[in-house]
Amino acid sequence: MNRLRDFFTNPWGKARFLWVVGIGYVLWTLLPVVNAVLMSFNSTKSISVWAGFSWRWWFTDPNESILHDPNLRHALYQSVMLAGLTTLIAVPIGVAFALATDRWRSRPASAANTLMMVSFITPELILAVGLFLLFVNALKVIGLGTTAQLLGLILIAIAYPVVIVRARLLSMGPEYEQAAADLGAPPLTVLRRITLPLLRPAIFAGAAIVFAFTLDDFVIVNQLALDQPNTTVSMYIYGAARTSPTPAANAIGSLALFASMIIITFAFLAYRRSTRGMKDEAQNAQSVLGV
Amino acid sequence: MARAKARRSASRDGAGTPRWLWPSLAAPGTAYLLILFLVPLYVILAVTFGKLDPILQTPLPVWNPLQWKTGVMSFTVSNLVHSDGLYFAAFIRTIVYVAISTSLCLLIGYPFAYFVSRHAGRAKALFLVLFFAPFWISYMLRMLAWISLLQDDGYVNRILMSLGLISHPYPFLAGKSLTLILGLTYGYVPYMVLPLYAALDRIPQSQLEASRDLGASPTRTFFRVTLPQSRQAILAGVIIAGLPMFGDYFTQQLLANTNGTRMIGNFVVEALSSSLLMSRGASLILMMMLMMLAPVIYYLRSTSRAATVRPAR
Repeated sequence: MNRLRDFFTNPWGKARFLWVVGIGYVLWTLLPVVNAVLMSFNSTKSISVWAGFSWRWWFTDPNESILHDPNLRHALYQSVMLAGLTTLIAVPIGVAFALATDRWRSRPASAANTLMMVSFITPELILAVGLFLLFVNALKVIGLGTTAQLLGLILIAIAYPVVIVRARLLSMGPEYEQAAADLGAPPLTVLRRITLPLLRPAIFAGAAIVFAFTLDDFVIVNQLALDQPNTTVSMYIYGAARTSPTPAANAIGSLALFASMIIITFAFLAYRRSTRGMKDEAQNAQSVLGV
Repeated sequence: MARAKARRSASRDGAGTPRWLWPSLAAPGTAYLLILFLVPLYVILAVTFGKLDPILQTPLPVWNPLQWKTGVMSFTVSNLVHSDGLYFAAFIRTIVYVAISTSLCLLIGYPFAYFVSRHAGRAKALFLVLFFAPFWISYMLRMLAWISLLQDDGYVNRILMSLGLISHPYPFLAGKSLTLILGLTYGYVPYMVLPLYAALDRIPQSQLEASRDLGASPTRTFFRVTLPQSRQAILAGVIIAGLPMFGDYFTQQLLANTNGTRMIGNFVVEALSSSLLMSRGASLILMMMLMMLAPVIYYLRSTSRAATVRPAR
């Protein structure tokens, strides 16, 4: 008992108990997913009993593989298209918003910022239901469907670039911009030549996070979908998992997983490269990108 | 010199910037939130207290608060609070599930966050990468992974049977509360660890050393130094992990799809799929929002208080 207590509380002792907790946690969160990815290469229809390796659910099955099933292909297209458009629209809006509320210290700016933070922590179901009722009962011109899905995704995505860019504005300090202003650069030139280049890593990180998050979103896209063509990858997996999932669901989930991983890794490396030599930025990259 | 000084102070308080610049940069985001965040919240009210179209039987939102009818809302409230009400059982169930799952998240997440911030040593970066991975893995894939493991012929049952703990496969996926609680815990535990890790990592080593040097036992150091400084983070974790669980309906649908495990979120989504019941769904969401209001305001105030402590730039 004494030893157990020591493991838990002594910051200098060899915390074997805590190592068990740490490794156990990682195995518990990741092993099931590793298993699910492996099962996408199963040679039978089962997602629980391994029967041998095959590319059946990825490429070779003429009807049910990702490559050949039109529903799966379309779900993939819908997910990537929505995530891409969301990134293209939400990131510029968010970056402009972060810059403006950081510089323009005023009552309307802080009110807008509070609104942004409230929308950020509002549970997704509330946002989804609100938008659903809006598009069904009030803005009937838009209605449900891809446009509604896109508008909803932008709403949940917009705060990420805001938070990240504001953190970066805070960490980079006013010195470079002041130096440029002292040397005679007009404010708009400072913004274009100094501020935006310095913000580039944060903008990049924000874009990667928005893409990865919206690619996996379920609640918003499911609530605002109208019919079959609006099905995304997450909706496909949800539908399949509730009935009789085949390894094709695992395969398309794995594909989305690989896409997210590649984008996040890429963004992390780019962030590190473009902030090389700057102190605290490694820490910042960790907190910003989650790696 | 004087000119440079004037220009510097001008650039600092923004007087050299065209007056329209910052407002116009903030405008798109603000307009977006007004139209697609605030207006929808008002639509929830307008539908809850609105009317039904006499012919189409679809909800007719009423925009003027003076003409609001409270019929649907009182129906919902009475069905939530009376023990024979339509939503009572699901309401209690939701609270119990969320309470247990959030506690489990804390019990699992705290030691893990503590370990990574203090004891992981050189492996810290690796543990951080592995910890963050679930954020980039689709929730649906993570649930599908458990559906695969918990089948009658899945690995969990096979392991339990080969250990001799059970003789027949346990029907994990046949609507068990246990499965749902474990699924919610699994799904949301990273959101608990995130603020805990951030807070524990920020406690300076020197404070722990001071506490030890002044003669405090490790236990005392933990309870007098570490725990008080992570109290704020525990609150944040409970909010960040617990609130979305209240609105969760898909975990139940995937892992425990029977009437005996339905949560409030299931009733909301089901009501929305029928135009006749839509206003009930809106009123349930409104109730959910009202219940979340207090913790959210408390959380926002405490984080903004924490932010003011940080050095201003």
